[in-house]
Amino acid sequence: MTTTAPATTTTAHGEHRPTLLDVDGLTVRFRLRETVVHAVTDLRLTVRPGELLAVVGESGCGKSVLAHALLGLLPGNATVTGQARLHPPAGEPVDLLGCGERRLARQVRGRALGLVPQSPATALTPVRTGRRLLEETLRAHDHSRRDAATAADRLAVDVGLDPADLDRYPHELSGGMAQRLVTALALAPDPPLLLADEPTTGLDRPLVDHTLDLLRRRCDTGAAVLLITHDLAAARRVADTVAVMYASRLVEHRPTEALFDTPIHPYTAGLLDALPERAFRPVPGHPPMLTDLPPGCAFAPRCDRATDICRTPPPPMPHGPGRAACHHPLGASA
Amino acid sequence: MTGALVAHQITVRYDRQRVLDRVDLRIAAGETVGLRGPSGSGKSTLARVLALLRAPDSGHVTLDGQRLPGVRHRLPAAVRTRVAILFQSPRAATDPRLSLADVIAEPLRATGTPRERARARASELADLVGLTPDLLARRPHAVSDGQLQRACLARALVHRPAYLLCDEATAMLDASTQAHLAAVVTDYQRRHGAGVLLVTHDASLMARWATRVVELPAGGRPTD
Ligand SMILES: Nc1ncnc2c1ncn2[C@@H]1O[C@H](COP(=O)(O)OP(=O)(O)OP(=O)(O)O)[C@@H](O)[C@H]1O
Ligand code: SF4
Ligand SMILES: [Mg+2]
Repeated sequence: MTTTAPATTTTAHGEHRPTLLDVDGLTVRFRLRETVVHAVTDLRLTVRPGELLAVVGESGCGKSVLAHALLGLLPGNATVTGQARLHPPAGEPVDLLGCGERRLARQVRGRALGLVPQSPATALTPVRTGRRLLEETLRAHDHSRRDAATAADRLAVDVGLDPADLDRYPHELSGGMAQRLVTALALAPDPPLLLADEPTTGLDRPLVDHTLDLLRRRCDTGAAVLLITHDLAAARRVADTVAVMYASRLVEHRPTEALFDTPIHPYTAGLLDALPERAFRPVPGHPPMLTDLPPGCAFAPRCDRATDICRTPPPPMPHGPGRAACHHPLGASA
Repeated sequence: MTGALVAHQITVRYDRQRVLDRVDLRIAAGETVGLRGPSGSGKSTLARVLALLRAPDSGHVTLDGQRLPGVRHRLPAAVRTRVAILFQSPRAATDPRLSLADVIAEPLRATGTPRERARARASELADLVGLTPDLLARRPHAVSDGQLQRACLARALVHRPAYLLCDEATAMLDASTQAHLAAVVTDYQRRHGAGVLLVTHDASLMARWATRVVELPAGGRPTD
């Protein structure tokens, strides 16, 4: 590798802060029998300590693959290229894509970079109770046996789970309870950066808000969270910045309020219009085939602003939040 | 008399705990009944009873006026297939060994539809729910959760059910996919006069989609 990612970014206000995660040019391809799936393409983004970044986008656009790529959890038919560096506040920077499975397993996964997985039911070991899973995780991360027992109860309460329910086996948990348990497991090592992939699925509104506020509080005390969510209201409630993904690429990354009030990418505008409290109108047309993307803007077949120039790729987005990748952004004169 | 799927005085216990206590619920042809209530109030259990998947401890279900004698395979296929249900988690509801095309066509094969006809119907439905052709040959592990849920909706519609029960079926979907699937269901409902049950925690979705809302309080006795 020839380039080293910068360890600081300049924010909108010009202040320099160390970044916690620096992703540059991240690209993931899956080989299938007759085709190649373009799951993540040339993705750039940074996460600062204290930041809650929400990643939203249509189902299948690559959000979960992004999280799995950073953790080295993709299946064998995946190829990953680009750069992803984690700068934990304590310890050496880690080259996530290059450091190898041994280091990821021992020093990174869970400890420096946590994951709340999207399908909690399939992520839990069926033969161990929640308590046993949680205490094992705590003890693997420097808690004594006695300390682990109290910490497990405390974590259960934090995620809104009755500590008595920790004594159940995974198949005895409802979907929402399993969700809270995997969240507690991810929080146990107290990672500086948490990737939370749809952590509120299956929860009713009070528990959704409880979980979101828990993630927000982590950021307010200096940790960071990358929240993958389909729930735009959730993103709006807690995120500092929102990144919108379409057809494997980030198309808009902006401060939260700005994005909701004045989206500038036509796809973002379409996604917001689909909300039941807005027009409840789906983005027209079909989602793109990631096996056959056009060379230019992938949104063009569904976009009412498309012109000839959209057959060429829009200019890449800057590193930090601010702009959108579009030839004819909304709000700009045509 | 117009058709309806009706729960009469349904009681269900798990172990010693009673989750539903003499609950009545009626879904008439053409209407969309929203069902809401706190976590654990028994909404999913009631949906499973109405889907003819679970026998109640007492009470019974009638379908277009006819009292049903049992559940699942004790009912003739022609009765069973008049009600379809869509769950929240498509992973748990699909066989990981089948391609998406086969997931959709599975209920047709179960009732002995010829292979070619089943395939044609599957691809027609796939298009309706917005699944692109490249996804149909893949197995569940190689598609996203949202793509898999589209396949589950196509599967639910395959026998042209008269009643469709959606149990938090769009809770894990992005806004556009949710609005798209809601439009597919509403359009299907208009064409076939189907009755729809919508179980959701999402107040905005409920307000937008349901034509009538029923509250199921904790302990399971509804107020219409
Ligand atoms: N193992 C795999 N082999 C081939 N393609 C895959 C594989 N896993 C995922 N994909 C494809 O990669 C794309 C991105 O999938 P991903 O799971 O990241 O979507 P997502 O944005 O998380 O969607 P959702 O919101 O539905 O969870 C999808 O088109 C999916 O079909
Ligand atoms: S680049 Fe062109 S096609 Fe793509 S979103 Fe912008 S206007 Fe639409
Ligand atoms: Mg996902």
